[in-house]
Amino acid sequence: MRAMIQLHRQFWFWPLLLIAGLWLALLALPPLAGVKAVYLDTDKLIFLLVSGVLLLAGYIRSREHLRGPWRHIFRQRRAMIALVVLLFFIVCGLLDSVHFRKPLPSQGVTQQRYSVKVLSLLDILLDDMRRNVEKTYSAPLATHLFAKETVTLENGDVERRYVRLKYGGRDLTDPASQKWPNIRDLATRGVVVGAIIWLVLSAGLTAIFARHQRQPVAVMAKRVYRGDTDIPWRSIYLSLLLMLILLAVLLTLSTEYHVLGTDKVGQDVLYQSIKSIRTGLVIGTLTTLVMLPFAIVLGVMAGYFRSWVDDVIQYLYTTLSSIPGVLLIAAAILSIQVYIANHPALFETALDRADLRLLALCVILGITSWTTLCRLLRGETLKLREMEYIQAATALGVGQFTILGRHVLPNVMHIVLIIVVLDFSSLVLAEAVLSYIGVGVDPSTLSWGNMINGARLELARDPVVWWSLVAAFCLMFSLVLAANLFADAVRDAFDPRLREQG
Amino acid sequence: MFAYIIRRVLYAIPILIGVNLLTFALFFVVNSPEDMARMHLGEKRVTEQAIEKWKQNRGYDKPLLYNVQAEGVQVLTDTIFFTKSVRLFVLDFGSADDGRNIGQDILQRMWPSLAIAIPVFIVGLLVNITFALLLAFFRATYIDIWGVIGCVILMSISTLFYIIGGQYLIGKTLQLVPISGYDFGLNSFKFLVLPVLVGIIGGIGAGTRWYRTIFLEEINRDYVRTARAKGLSELRVLFRHVLKNAMIPILTGAVVVIPLLFMGSLLTESFFAIPGLGAYTIEAIQAQDFAIVRAMVFLGSVMYIVGLVLTDISYTLVDPRIRLN
Amino acid sequence: MHDPSDILLCVRDLQVHFGSPAQPVRAVDGVSFDIRRGESFALLGESGCGKSVTALSILQLVPAPAGRIAGGEVWFDGTDLLGQSELQMRQIRGSRISMIFQEPMTSLNPVMTVGEQISEVLQQHLDLRGRAGRERSIELLDAVGLPAPARRIGDYPHQLSGGMKQRVMIAMALAGEPDLLIADEPTTALDVTIQAQVLELLARLQQDTGMAILFITHDLGVVADTMDHVAVMYAGQVVEKAARGAFFAQPLHPYSRKLFAAVPGGHKRGQLLETIRGSVPPLDRKFTACRFVERCDEAWLRCHEQLPPWIEQSAEGESHGVRCLRYAPDIDVPAVTPGSVAVVKDSAASASRDGSLVRVRDLKVHFPITKGLFHRAVGQVYAVDGVDLDIASGRTVALVGESGCGKTTAGKAILQLIRPTSGTVHYRDQDLTRLTGKALRQQRAHMQIIFQDPFSSMDPRMLVRNILEEGIRAQAIATRAEQRQTRVESLLAHVGLPVSAAKRYPHEFSGGQRQRIAIARALAVNPGFIVCDEPTSALDVSVQAQTLNLLKDLQAKMGLSYLFITHNLSVVDYLAHEVAVMYLGRIVEQGRVADIMQDPLHPYTQALLSAVPTIDKAAGREVIRLAGELPSPINPPRGCHFHPRCPQAMPECQQAYPDLTLLDNMHQVRCFLYPAN
Repeated sequence: MRAMIQLHRQFWFWPLLLIAGLWLALLALPPLAGVKAVYLDTDKLIFLLVSGVLLLAGYIRSREHLRGPWRHIFRQRRAMIALVVLLFFIVCGLLDSVHFRKPLPSQGVTQQRYSVKVLSLLDILLDDMRRNVEKTYSAPLATHLFAKETVTLENGDVERRYVRLKYGGRDLTDPASQKWPNIRDLATRGVVVGAIIWLVLSAGLTAIFARHQRQPVAVMAKRVYRGDTDIPWRSIYLSLLLMLILLAVLLTLSTEYHVLGTDKVGQDVLYQSIKSIRTGLVIGTLTTLVMLPFAIVLGVMAGYFRSWVDDVIQYLYTTLSSIPGVLLIAAAILSIQVYIANHPALFETALDRADLRLLALCVILGITSWTTLCRLLRGETLKLREMEYIQAATALGVGQFTILGRHVLPNVMHIVLIIVVLDFSSLVLAEAVLSYIGVGVDPSTLSWGNMINGARLELARDPVVWWSLVAAFCLMFSLVLAANLFADAVRDAFDPRLREQG
Repeated sequence: MFAYIIRRVLYAIPILIGVNLLTFALFFVVNSPEDMARMHLGEKRVTEQAIEKWKQNRGYDKPLLYNVQAEGVQVLTDTIFFTKSVRLFVLDFGSADDGRNIGQDILQRMWPSLAIAIPVFIVGLLVNITFALLLAFFRATYIDIWGVIGCVILMSISTLFYIIGGQYLIGKTLQLVPISGYDFGLNSFKFLVLPVLVGIIGGIGAGTRWYRTIFLEEINRDYVRTARAKGLSELRVLFRHVLKNAMIPILTGAVVVIPLLFMGSLLTESFFAIPGLGAYTIEAIQAQDFAIVRAMVFLGSVMYIVGLVLTDISYTLVDPRIRLN
Repeated sequence: MHDPSDILLCVRDLQVHFGSPAQPVRAVDGVSFDIRRGESFALLGESGCGKSVTALSILQLVPAPAGRIAGGEVWFDGTDLLGQSELQMRQIRGSRISMIFQEPMTSLNPVMTVGEQISEVLQQHLDLRGRAGRERSIELLDAVGLPAPARRIGDYPHQLSGGMKQRVMIAMALAGEPDLLIADEPTTALDVTIQAQVLELLARLQQDTGMAILFITHDLGVVADTMDHVAVMYAGQVVEKAARGAFFAQPLHPYSRKLFAAVPGGHKRGQLLETIRGSVPPLDRKFTACRFVERCDEAWLRCHEQLPPWIEQSAEGESHGVRCLRYAPDIDVPAVTPGSVAVVKDSAASASRDGSLVRVRDLKVHFPITKGLFHRAVGQVYAVDGVDLDIASGRTVALVGESGCGKTTAGKAILQLIRPTSGTVHYRDQDLTRLTGKALRQQRAHMQIIFQDPFSSMDPRMLVRNILEEGIRAQAIATRAEQRQTRVESLLAHVGLPVSAAKRYPHEFSGGQRQRIAIARALAVNPGFIVCDEPTSALDVSVQAQTLNLLKDLQAKMGLSYLFITHNLSVVDYLAHEVAVMYLGRIVEQGRVADIMQDPLHPYTQALLSAVPTIDKAAGREVIRLAGELPSPINPPRGCHFHPRCPQAMPECQQAYPDLTLLDNMHQVRCFLYPAN
């Protein structure tokens, strides 16, 4: 009985509760909503990762010495602003990882059938953008197509002119005079909506913290306003406000316009670049997930056991790292392409195929990138095994593997963390390059690399079709910059002396 | 010293064998030549003859490792492994899908690659060290703080955008130099300026930040305090003491990439239409020409290992602690 | 009184702050002292008292922006140093005031030759370049006693030994012909025999050049040997200042007196050492009372209420200042009942003399030097080369020697933490060298180790409870959680820590407390024998005393045997029953502590003992100077390993290693001076 009461004090209690809730929702909600859930391999791994992160967060909260460095991070303004931006990306990515198929209108009493089109929660949120497909290129916020087209008039004459868009500014009778006032109205509405959401959110948060710190809400709010808090709440709220307003403006505008224009086949560019977030996040995180077990087990074993184990592992990673990364990835992806091309029967939908390729890319990137971490861990373990507390454990008669698990592993975890966050941004950047070369994600997957690749050739046009590039650039840049700034803070907090290279 | 180099070179052999086996497995075991033929020929219903012919043209019609039909040494030599993988060791790269000799191609295409890579490498190193020294000199001031943030911003921009931006701004808007293309001889200069510039600017962020970390690490060492206690000026401390020590990790870190320089840059060359090895590799990847990719993988590994050996040697040359032991 | 113009350096009310301006750490808080021309002035204090920061701020070398000089004045030969610009300071640094540092290993630039580094100073301050600079550099190296200076000038620091590096540092400091040399713990990183060489050198140079020396140290013994004046620092302040003679004759401040009392020595064997309770107060606040009040045995009510004044007494023309209320002229000082000296039972008498608990025979540890792909052995490091030891139950055997002589390796090899190359180690009747795996792990309960560094010997990520439980679990001593809990609590009680310590992390404790935890960890598995590997050498003298008391007390209560590895001979004299002196992998002399300390036979032991600076030495002690330093154990000298440095070397010493000579009373020595009978 006493044990039961103590349960909620265990570090895993709240995380496990959350995880259970999450998984239950993922399993039970689709049938309730009448859709057929689709769990892609990457989806499963993503939610596995989320669960892992939750558990880890719980564990860290329970350990004072782990909490210290995090507290340091949470007190840095730059890192926290970066975190707010990152959170928006993460939420987008998670929403885009819940996939399902909508039911088709049922015909009689036969078994319910589902659409072949796999959608995600994000698609539902961005339904307008997804569905409002124009004929071809149109500039941001345009009401007409980008290039003149030959149209047959009602009287049979043929004329070259800019054709009105099907969706962009469709309610306007006279686009020339009405467009900008209309945009201004929409934007104002967006600002107001964003501000209201922010007010509710920040008021709620402040109330929670006030309760947590046992202070009246007004006092807490005043402290936040004056910037008199350990954690830079004022900056966090401000960046939250900016992000929310930006998001709300974009969303309200996109109900009637293509905010960032459309691409060659008339797809909304804003929709594409938002959908690309998931691809970037998957590559940045799942790659790490793939490589971590190898890097940790091999690196620690090499450093701890020395002798032939060390020789073999060193040989392994020197060999792997001696192959130029891009070429190894190219070779492996080419091989997988051959495999996919020759086994079409394995994949139910095109999305399945694209997903396998994405996963394969993660695995291959993981294989090429574990060597750095492995080498660092080996070096650190070599240092640790000479530490006196490990000798003391040996002297006490503790077994070798217990020592590895109890003393070595926890003491190299900070390096793992630093490398993981540092690698994230370089992986996101690598995706673009690889997709450009043609050994990245599947051409049908929406990704920044594919967007750049598609838009690159249009740079030669006059006037230039610049919006796809700019959209991809802006989103990629903000994600990578936020990740880099956050990674810097993590490195400073955990081990400022660790060099990012070498 | 000489014995040391020999020993280092001998170390490299097992690694090269490993690379060779790995590429062999990747190209011939994971997917059989049959699969490759099918994919290359494209059609769903290719005839057996077409596949056989495709394989024969490329010498893929042999057994992988062991030829039961052959006699004597040929049991081992008349196989795909021997003709395609083992022969890489004597730098016999075979021929590409279009029948051209890969070795010849490489010899010809390495010069444009070097013409870009060497200036980028040298000027980039100088620029990065200069910036890093500046930041180290102004350490813990606003110049340093914002300099580092600037580096992070530069690092967060994809190489693709440096290239596209450079092409658009300098080539198209300002029309200072041609956007792309290449010419041999002195004429090549105007084609090289832009790619070299882009290469240097693209590397500033990461390079400067890394070197700054090295400088700061050295600045906090005891011998710097000794130097200050001698009454030396801050500049003298920085240049004579800190720089001299920091150059050891910087130079030896740079040495490892020198051999790889002639492999060229994949992106720059293909964007600027420079007929170097990087563009060659990309074309091969896009055309799925396995022979070329295999050759480049092996060559790249050889170059990396040469770089490792050079790094070790340069350590012994630069660092008196190692040189004199 | 002295002529005021005689004063070279005058520090007044110096304040140095670190950290945020809102709540600064006052590392130096109102330090004042004067140094006269040509005198040697010692700044004495334990770690963290602010003595190094004081020295650095004289040269304005306090690391910015973390630290800053917040107030006070520093006058040097009529110039206000704190008012000087950076440019002007450069003219002074290295030229009028030079400084040498504690770590000669890291204080020299590794990629510049010794000559370059010296001539840099000559160029900067004397404008000596080229040939002239080179010649002067050679002269300087010669002056500091570096052998073959013309050849050494092209050497890089790593080619020199620690003592030679410190000589180079001194040559560099002398190059600018300074009026004041600041020496920040210049001998702390060196072995005693080398320390003696360097101290002698400094004294000689001072005589030759007439420069003043500000000598920063924590070692009372060093001060006693050579200094003219002493200032004792505590928690950022000077608490006592006097001429050396007066200070050693009668230290006034309770803290100074405690320091003297805490130094171990042979004459204190039967008693517990005096300790200073508590720890140095945090310096991040303003003080309203005496800084030492919480730790002072003589404090009374007023000490808690007011800041102690600086009181100067005059004796024999020299002033003796102290910062203590006891000496204020118009105050009634309550009498202090002198604390009775606690007596501890010396376990030697009670220990059974028959049979040894640990028996080590011909122990050898050779590390192969490998080369090439197949780890071909191309040489051997003869770290331990044939050691015999017997340790009886309840006794302490001290293993003494300079760093690099193999004493730590021997200790670890006995515990099988390093597997010996050959030889046997018996614990009772069990030969440990033959055991592996589980059998060995079970035997490990009998033998434990306490390490030197209390900071690296505990996993920073474990609670003290988990640290103590580790051995209990591994040896299955208590299987149920409650039993383990009880055991942990009793262990903490044994080493004098509160039960609440179990729920804290090691970094929350001071060095001395951590060493207690380390002792408790060793005791957790009920060992009969503990190897103490320099357990006190990282600790301040007052904390060292606590640890030694604890070890002695535990031995008396539990009948533990210790192998006490140390280089500190005064600790040996206090604690050990038997002593073994090690030189280059072998034991050169062994015997009972009284015999060895009072009548050392081996020339090495004699030199070692004479080199130890002591506070209470008889006048006329002469240091036996040993030439050179410990040779490399890769290539030990032929014959007797010690002969190249031995002042009494004979031709036969080069031929063969001397046999064991057994004298009476278990005294053994390996030297040709004592022919085997």
